[in-house]
Amino acid sequence: MALPKLEELSKSVAKGPSLMTGGIPRHDWLETTPVFKPENFPYPTNPKRLEYLGFPNPRVWSPEDEDWKLPENWKDIILQGFKERIDKFRSFRIFMDCCVRCGACADKCHFFLGTGDPKNMPVLRAELIRSVYRNDFTTAGKLFGKLSGARDLTVDVLKEWAQYAYQCTECRRCSIFCPYGIDTCEITMMMRELLHLVGISINWCMEPVSNSNRTGNHMGLQPHTYYENVQYLAEDIEEITGVKVDVPFNKKGADILFITPSADVFAEPGIYTCMGYLILFHYLGLNYTWSTYASEGGNFGLFTSNEMMKKLNGKMYAEAKRLGVKWILGGECGHMWRVVHQYMDTMNGPADFLEVPVSPITGTRFDNAASTKMVHISEFTADLIKNGKLKLDPSRNAHRIPTFHDSCNPARAMGLLEEPRYILDHVVPKWHEMPENTIREKTFCCGSGTALNTDEIMDLRMRSGLPRANAVKFVQDKFNVNMLSCVCAIDRATLLSLVNYWTPGVEVCGISELVGNALILDGEQKRETGLRFEPLAGMEG
Amino acid sequence: MKVLYPFIAVLALVAVALVGSQISGLQYLLGVALPYLAFAIFLGGFVYRVLQWAKTPVPFRIPTTCGQEKSLSWIKRDPLDCPNNKLEVVGRMFLEVFLFRSLFRNTKAEIGEGPQLSYGSSKYLWLFGILFHYSFLVIVLRHLRLFTEPIPLFVKVIEFGDGILQLGAPTIYQTDLVLLGAVAFLLGRRLIMPQLRYLSLPADYFPLLLIFSIGLSGILMRWVFRVDIVAVKQLTDGIASFSPVLPDGIGPMFFVHVVLVCTLLIYFPFSKLMHMGGVFLSPTRNMSNNNRAVRHINPWNDPNIKPHSYAAYEDEFREFMVEAGLPVEKELPPAEKKEE
Repeated sequence: MALPKLEELSKSVAKGPSLMTGGIPRHDWLETTPVFKPENFPYPTNPKRLEYLGFPNPRVWSPEDEDWKLPENWKDIILQGFKERIDKFRSFRIFMDCCVRCGACADKCHFFLGTGDPKNMPVLRAELIRSVYRNDFTTAGKLFGKLSGARDLTVDVLKEWAQYAYQCTECRRCSIFCPYGIDTCEITMMMRELLHLVGISINWCMEPVSNSNRTGNHMGLQPHTYYENVQYLAEDIEEITGVKVDVPFNKKGADILFITPSADVFAEPGIYTCMGYLILFHYLGLNYTWSTYASEGGNFGLFTSNEMMKKLNGKMYAEAKRLGVKWILGGECGHMWRVVHQYMDTMNGPADFLEVPVSPITGTRFDNAASTKMVHISEFTADLIKNGKLKLDPSRNAHRIPTFHDSCNPARAMGLLEEPRYILDHVVPKWHEMPENTIREKTFCCGSGTALNTDEIMDLRMRSGLPRANAVKFVQDKFNVNMLSCVCAIDRATLLSLVNYWTPGVEVCGISELVGNALILDGEQKRETGLRFEPLAGMEG
Repeated sequence: MKVLYPFIAVLALVAVALVGSQISGLQYLLGVALPYLAFAIFLGGFVYRVLQWAKTPVPFRIPTTCGQEKSLSWIKRDPLDCPNNKLEVVGRMFLEVFLFRSLFRNTKAEIGEGPQLSYGSSKYLWLFGILFHYSFLVIVLRHLRLFTEPIPLFVKVIEFGDGILQLGAPTIYQTDLVLLGAVAFLLGRRLIMPQLRYLSLPADYFPLLLIFSIGLSGILMRWVFRVDIVAVKQLTDGIASFSPVLPDGIGPMFFVHVVLVCTLLIYFPFSKLMHMGGVFLSPTRNMSNNNRAVRHINPWNDPNIKPHSYAAYEDEFREFMVEAGLPVEKELPPAEKKEE
């Protein structure tokens, strides 16, 4: 789908009739029906993928059709699934019960800010499913019906769930403003799980899931291709630095297993981040290994179901065990780190065959990862810098004036805020923060997380990414910022489309790219270009 | 419309109370039986709901982190917004429950030409929310004087503090006025702000109107339609000691007040007012962010969910792996090599 015209979208966002611009919809939210247009819902999953993964009710269907070809007993399936989940997740049950609809979350959602669609207020997104909860699972709903905000589960209601469960990136920004910590992420997860029961899902999510299951990574790269891609990057490094770096793969007896999102291996600008890792590990002489089997840090199972998340994540420990490493080092990725930090140990632990991670260079023991045994590359690198183990030449990044984008998950589901900033302080001459309300725990999503980084919904993505882009524009205008740095692979892909659209002139990079560019290798040639073959400051022309 | 039905409901309750107060049989029902019933439903319902939450498992440790985690020793961390142990969680919960920490973060977003988004500070909801809740708490505590003999010192202290301005006779309690003002604000924002107005349900207006009426009837029976306070104390003491007597001539406004309060108690466990209990149990707030250091156990973790095995993976791709020079567990069979 083509990009919306900038001028039209700008006008529509700021002036168009919407709840964000002060217009009040005429119809009660309990009574509106969803409208599907080609650009507002991602393509449904190819049924073959669902069959392969064992999801129920695979079929060809289209969101724009009146008939979604639901199984006959779809309502029973959903209500039974609902009951199971309120009995399994305290979060879900409490979040169904506790909301007072104070509205503090309303204007915190990037989808609401960009669309002005009332049902993108997190409170109403949750009410879409809460209204059914009240109807079928509460006394008040049964006694007072509509007065208590209850409504029957109809096909239209189900369609609405689908629409708005896929206009939420589970970023948790609303949750930090909620007086009860109601986390829309939990609610969206449940809505998506329920929809999967009746065969409603999106291809951009399920295809990476099935690829990841079979080949180990989202793009379905087979082992040799994956390996070769990394080798190409090593060749580029040699051309730029004159130093040949090793690319150890599937190596038994390595100390450390390194896992990063596969996008870092094949997609710009992630590949430059990957080159950063390779340079760093070579510099350190690290006894580590890549894996082709566990070649995906990302886990689209997180956006699918807790069972699928567990299944995909299981490869990390399985591979660490097979290779006999001591601990695992994880690359820059947002949702990967949500899974690693908050789910992995619970789901697939205990990893008692691994050791508490210790940096072989500095001797630092990562007690914060004592049980999971997995360390974030930013933690690892910050520790190296702090201990003076890296020879860095920040001037090699002088042509970059970065800002830093906190990715949703490291910020709000982990608390990794300072490490990347500390690294930035040491690898670039200067960088600038975006405005206070748009960074750290209040950071804005790229707008395309949770498998929404698909091209057919560009209008939606450019809207939902607007709050982030707007903050970038602010520092671009004020400080001439020309680089949006981040520690997330989805960001590296999605922010690129976003800044190209809203703030041309800004590029996107991972922190490790800047590290690799600044790192002075033994025996290197005089560097004239950065890792993108772009001329360094003073080397132009 | 959404505000109309709750408004009518509250009026109807007032009418029932006024009529009931004139009929001697109903007086006993409203003044004695109803409070017992209401209190039993409130207590039973509240406990039931909390137990229901408590017995629902917490499969994953999912705190929302709002500050720096505990990682490297030299990185300054944020123990209150990103707690790492139980004590720090208590700190976070204290701020949340008693000071409405999260609501204090509130901002208001606006969009202008450009498009240009801006986020202004917006503490009104926090301020009026906190005024409302604390006033309500003080008023509830003050009412303990009706159910205790002798009256505990702390109740007297609260009473004294609440009337410290010494205005009017009988003394005006600040909390009465603050409560009405704060509820009026909370009601007003629902009616005026477009976003709030669109999302509000009758179930949002009803408790506000009910509490406003409770406050108003309380004030009225103290200053305007005065009730016999000695008789009231006699009744409430009787109720508290399970030997209720209904003295004559209490005054109709008292029955209005009692009926409304009892309605609130009965309504409470079935409604969003249960946030009072839920706030303590919210897994995004009451858990430590020590996920990677201490393993969290999921009681229903399914050990049968296994990853696609390495063996199956290598079986599928062995040829390519060998050709690319990647190490494998099992070498290619010689026959297959020939086919190549």
